[in-house]
Amino acid sequence: MIEMQDVWKEYPNGAKALNGINVHITKGEFVYVVGPSGAGKSTFIKLMYREERPTKGHIFVNGFNIERLKDRKVPLLRRSIGVVFQDFKLLPQLTAYENVAFALEVIGIPKRHIKRRVMDALDWVGLADKAEMLPSQMSGGEQQRIAIARALVNNPAVIIADEPTGNLDPDTSWEIMKLFQRINDRGTTIVMATHNKEIVNTMRKRVIAIEAGQIVRDEEKGLYGYDD
Amino acid sequence: MTIRMLGRHLREGCKNLLRNGWMTFASISAVAITLLILGATLVIALNAQQLSNYVAGQLQVNAYLKQNVSSAQAQQITAEVKALPGVSSVRYVPKQQGFKDLQQRLGKDYQDVLQGFSNKNPLPDKIVVQAADPKQTLSIAQKIRALPGVDRVDDGKQVVDKLFRFLDLVRNIGVVFVVGLVVMAMFLISNTIKITIFSRRREIEIMKLVGATNWFIRWPFLTEGIIIGVVGAVLPFAIIAYAYHSVYARLGGTFLAVAFPLIPTAQLAQKLALVMFGLGIVIGVWGGIMSVRKFLKI
Repeated sequence: MIEMQDVWKEYPNGAKALNGINVHITKGEFVYVVGPSGAGKSTFIKLMYREERPTKGHIFVNGFNIERLKDRKVPLLRRSIGVVFQDFKLLPQLTAYENVAFALEVIGIPKRHIKRRVMDALDWVGLADKAEMLPSQMSGGEQQRIAIARALVNNPAVIIADEPTGNLDPDTSWEIMKLFQRINDRGTTIVMATHNKEIVNTMRKRVIAIEAGQIVRDEEKGLYGYDD
Repeated sequence: MTIRMLGRHLREGCKNLLRNGWMTFASISAVAITLLILGATLVIALNAQQLSNYVAGQLQVNAYLKQNVSSAQAQQITAEVKALPGVSSVRYVPKQQGFKDLQQRLGKDYQDVLQGFSNKNPLPDKIVVQAADPKQTLSIAQKIRALPGVDRVDDGKQVVDKLFRFLDLVRNIGVVFVVGLVVMAMFLISNTIKITIFSRRREIEIMKLVGATNWFIRWPFLTEGIIIGVVGAVLPFAIIAYAYHSVYARLGGTFLAVAFPLIPTAQLAQKLALVMFGLGIVIGVWGGIMSVRKFLKI
């Protein structure tokens, strides 16, 4: 499903973000990526949907060979991945419904199919009744659920989340985590970078710890392992 | 690309333009002014070309025969000229005919002067030669010059050279002017589109993340550029076509007193439309591509 073999990443400014990463994530896994800020978590995540390219090494995601993937084909890779961010990345001028529909519209799905799929996705995150609201009229947790609905609407095999609870209070964070658990339960792989110690230590999953661009720990049902 | 997609891209393009009203206005104005000047230059250039073709077509070689050449010999020379390659028509004008022509041209006022010459015609026999291809006029003149019995050959070279040099100058100045303006218009358009892109960075980012193709993202900005280009071409085209039409009608289809025919309005308008709308679209598309390029690198 996701495979990295001796992956290195050095940015043009000379910063060495990753130094020899080897990792294998199988279908249906739920993985936390933890580590101090600037250790390379974000780069690790960005490599998976090819926002960044590795300087060296091999990466395979959902059957795509990232290093051989032509620019033209990148959209196909991205359609097989759902991404969720700390800042939600919703379009403020669009309603909840339109934000989710946007993801289908721009990949050329006909209008007649869009409505049902969007309503299904909104239903799934429990916000079907708020479809006509603008993001500014919703709470942070609701906005993140809309973003999750958008990531889900295309039925991706993998969901990649970069600190999805970073902007949310603890109660809301737990609701979002339950949602991710449900997504995982139906077989979708989840890779989540997080700083949330309480969540990692309570909802036990595989933990990959990255420090100074290297994997220093990779254990099933691991602990957060840092003091912050 | 389906019709449905085309509709979406057009809609998005129009929305962007309306959202940035003033920048749109500035870009359209820049294109319009550029094309106005381009169009005016083009009208002059096309007519200048028409003029040079016309003059070249009128170009003829006058070969004057020596005074001692007899009428039979003159016929002989005429036949020889006719046999030269590239000659399309030859007209032999005997000195008596030349005198009559001169009388007619000068009119009544000078009859007295000519009367004095009536017994002793000072004019030589003349052969008027027209080349099939105006460019060959000079070489034909050269060959005629070499024939025995030919005194002097007038090929009109000096006049034509001067005219051509002047027309070249007009054209070159026009080209420099237009190139400068085109660059400026492109710059303005690409700036306008950059602003719309800047205000839509987030949208583009999300489009990329959910897997929209680059072309899908590009199209609205291209249609935006094309709309600016086309709208910017309409007004100057109308102005120039109308102005030319009025001038043409007033002058009765000829330029000043010189009996030189202007290009008919419809024919000119066709060329003008092709160039102006074509260039408007090119400027617009280029502006769109340039401005969107940087933002697609994810």
